[in-house]
Amino acid sequence: MTREELERIRAEAKQALEARDMTTLPEGELKPPRPGEVRVVLRNCGQIDPTRIEDYIARDGYFALAKALGMSPEQVIDEVKRSGLRGRGGAGFPAAQKWLFARQAVAARPAPADGSPPAYLICNGDEGDPGAFMDRAVLEGDPHSVLEGMTIAAYAMGATQGYLYVRAEYPVAVDHLQKAIPQARKLGLLGKDIFGAGFDFDVDIRIGAGAFVCGEETALIDSIEGRRGEPRPRPPFPAVSGLWGKPTSVNNVETLANVPQIILKGAEWFAAMGTEKSKGTKTFAIAGKVKNTGLIEVPMGITMREIIYDIGGGILDKKKFKAAQTGGPLGGCLPEQYLDTPIDFESLAAAGSLMGSGGLIVLDENDCMVDVARFFMDFTQDESCGKCPPCSLGTKRLLEILTRMTRAEGTPEDLLTLEYLTQNIATTALCALGQGSVNPVVTTLRHFRDEYEAHIRDKFCPAGVCKGMFHYEILAECCTGCGVCRKKCPEGVIRGEKKAPHEIDQPNCIVCGDCYKACKFAAIAIRPGPTEKSRRAAHKTETPQG
Amino acid sequence: MSFSLASHLQELDDLIDREKARGGALIPVLHQAQELYGYLPRELQDYIADRLDLPQSTVYGVVTFYAFFTTRPRGRHRVGVCLGTACYVRGNTKNLERLSQELGVCPGESTPDWRYSLEVCRCIGLCSQAPAIMIDKSVHSKVQPDQVAEILSQYE
Repeated sequence: MTREELERIRAEAKQALEARDMTTLPEGELKPPRPGEVRVVLRNCGQIDPTRIEDYIARDGYFALAKALGMSPEQVIDEVKRSGLRGRGGAGFPAAQKWLFARQAVAARPAPADGSPPAYLICNGDEGDPGAFMDRAVLEGDPHSVLEGMTIAAYAMGATQGYLYVRAEYPVAVDHLQKAIPQARKLGLLGKDIFGAGFDFDVDIRIGAGAFVCGEETALIDSIEGRRGEPRPRPPFPAVSGLWGKPTSVNNVETLANVPQIILKGAEWFAAMGTEKSKGTKTFAIAGKVKNTGLIEVPMGITMREIIYDIGGGILDKKKFKAAQTGGPLGGCLPEQYLDTPIDFESLAAAGSLMGSGGLIVLDENDCMVDVARFFMDFTQDESCGKCPPCSLGTKRLLEILTRMTRAEGTPEDLLTLEYLTQNIATTALCALGQGSVNPVVTTLRHFRDEYEAHIRDKFCPAGVCKGMFHYEILAECCTGCGVCRKKCPEGVIRGEKKAPHEIDQPNCIVCGDCYKACKFAAIAIRPGPTEKSRRAAHKTETPQG
Repeated sequence: MSFSLASHLQELDDLIDREKARGGALIPVLHQAQELYGYLPRELQDYIADRLDLPQSTVYGVVTFYAFFTTRPRGRHRVGVCLGTACYVRGNTKNLERLSQELGVCPGESTPDWRYSLEVCRCIGLCSQAPAIMIDKSVHSKVQPDQVAEILSQYE
C-alpha cells in the first residue's frame, strides 16, 4: 500500500458512499448532531457502513496513518502532546506521556532475542461503567478509526503487537472488529512494513468475560495473560513492565479514536477546543430521567445545564431535577448547584465526582439518594476482585449499612461509620476501583444528608423508593376527582365520587405507586410511615440486587 | 441433564490446539468451550486444565472469577435483565419481578423444562433505550411489565 493507492481507493469509495442511503445504526441510538455538539470521535458513526473499509477510507480514513509513518515516532508523540489529549477512560492521564514512558522503557532494554514483540499496545474496550456506551458505539459504528489510532499509537511507542480487549456483552462490536481486522490486513494497513515505512504491527482481539475490574489497566493485563483480573501495585507501571513483562501502553477506545484526527488536522485544531487543562471534545451518554437520551459529543467545558436542558431537552414528566450522576459506579452525584460548572477532568474531581468514561445519568425527585448509593455499592462490592482488604471487606460493610438504612433499620451511629469507613477505603485501597467505590456514598452524604437523616430518624424515604418506608395520600385540596387513580389501582382500594376528592383505603393499600404515576394533578403525596400491607410485604421480599 | 465430555471432544481438542499456540489461551478456550457445551462443569474444567498444563485450581479460579462463565447448565434461552444504572432508575426491577413470577424461578435459576434461565446481567450498553432485556442475543428495549409474557412467548 502506498499513499497514491490509498488516494485512488478514496476517490472511488467516495462516489460509492455518496450514492448510497446510509441507515446503519438502529433508530434512536445516535441522532443527528444537536446544536452545541461537535463530533470528532463519533464523526463516522451512522455515516458509513462499519463493515466496509472503503467507506472509512472515503472519509479520509488511514490518511493519518500514512502521514504519521512519514514522521518520526518522537514527532508523533510531540504532536499528540501539544494537542493536550488526555485519556478518555476516566483518569485523564496525558496520552502522549504514556507512549513516551513506554518508548523510553523499550529503548532502555535489549531487543528480545526470541523475536517476540519488544512492547505491546492495548486498546481498552472493557467499557464496564453501567450507563456508558460510547465505546460500544465507536467499536460498532467506526471500528477502523480505533484500529488506525492503535497503529499510530503503536508506532509512536514502539509496539509491534496490539490487543483489542472488548467486553463479551458487546457481540456486535466483536463481529465488526472481526471483519475490520482482516480487511485492514488485506490492504496492508496492518501487518508487515505498513506504507513501506518498515513498521510492523498487528492486532488480536481478546474478549472479556464479565469483570468490571478488568477496566483497570493492570487487571486487564492479567486477564489477557489468562488469569483472574487482579490489579497489581505500581510501580512498576505497565509502561515499564506490563503484558508479559514488556513495556505496555493501555489506551481507551475513545482516546485512540481521537488520534487519527489529531494527526490529520494538527494539534492546534484539537487544542482550540475545550478548557485550559482538558482539550478537545468528550462523548457523554445521557440516560435516566431526561427527555432525549443517547450519545452526544460536546467540547470540554460545556456545563451540565447545557447538556441536560439544551441538548437533553430537560427532565421527563415535568419532574424536578435532583442530581446528575457522572463517572459510573466510581463517580458521584452532583446536585443542582453544580449545573453551571464547566465540565472538565478537574472540575468534576473537585466536586467529588469523576469524568469517568462519560456516563451521565439524570436523577429526579423520585430517586432516593440512599438507594442510589446502595445500588452502586452493591455493584462495586460484587465487582471487587477480592485482593485487597480495604476494598473487599470495606465495600461489604458499606453495603450492609446502606441496605439496613433502606430497610428502616439504620441507626445514628451508621452515619459516623459510613464517614469513617469511606475515608479509610479511599486512602488505603490498592486500585481505582476500591478508592473510587466510596464516591457515590461520599457525594450523596455531602449533598443529600437530609435524606440519610430522614431514613434513620423518621424511617422515611422522601423519594418514595425504599419499600415499607412511606405511603401515599391524596391531597383533597388538589384532587379534581377525575378518577384516573381509582381506575389504575390494582387492588381497588381508592374510593371517591366523580369530581369529588378521592381517598385511599390505607390499611389495604400495597403502595405500588400506580396512582402516584397516573395522577396528572400532583394531588398524591408521599408521606412517612408504611401501610400495614406494605410493611408486611417489605419484610417478606427483598428488592432483587443488581 | 447429564454432562458428556465426549459429545464435542473433537471440536474441543481442535480449539485447544489452535489457541495453545498463542499466549494467554485459557480465557479464549473457556469462552469457546462454554459455547460448545453450554456450561463449564468441573469435569470439563479439569480436562482443559490437563490439556493446557495448568493447575486445576487456576482454571477453577478463573471460571469462578468472571461473571460470563457458568458452572451450571442453562436453559435454551437466556433471559438477561439489565440492572445497569439507567435500566435501574427506569424501573427494570419491576420487569425482573414480573419475569420471576411468570417463570416461577428466581434470578440465577432455570425453568424445570430447561426452556428459560433468568439472569441479572451487567450493563449491556442500551442505556438510551432503558429499561432493556436481552434474550439470547436479541434485545428488547423500553420494556413494560405488561409486555413481559408476550416477549417470553416468542422464544420456544
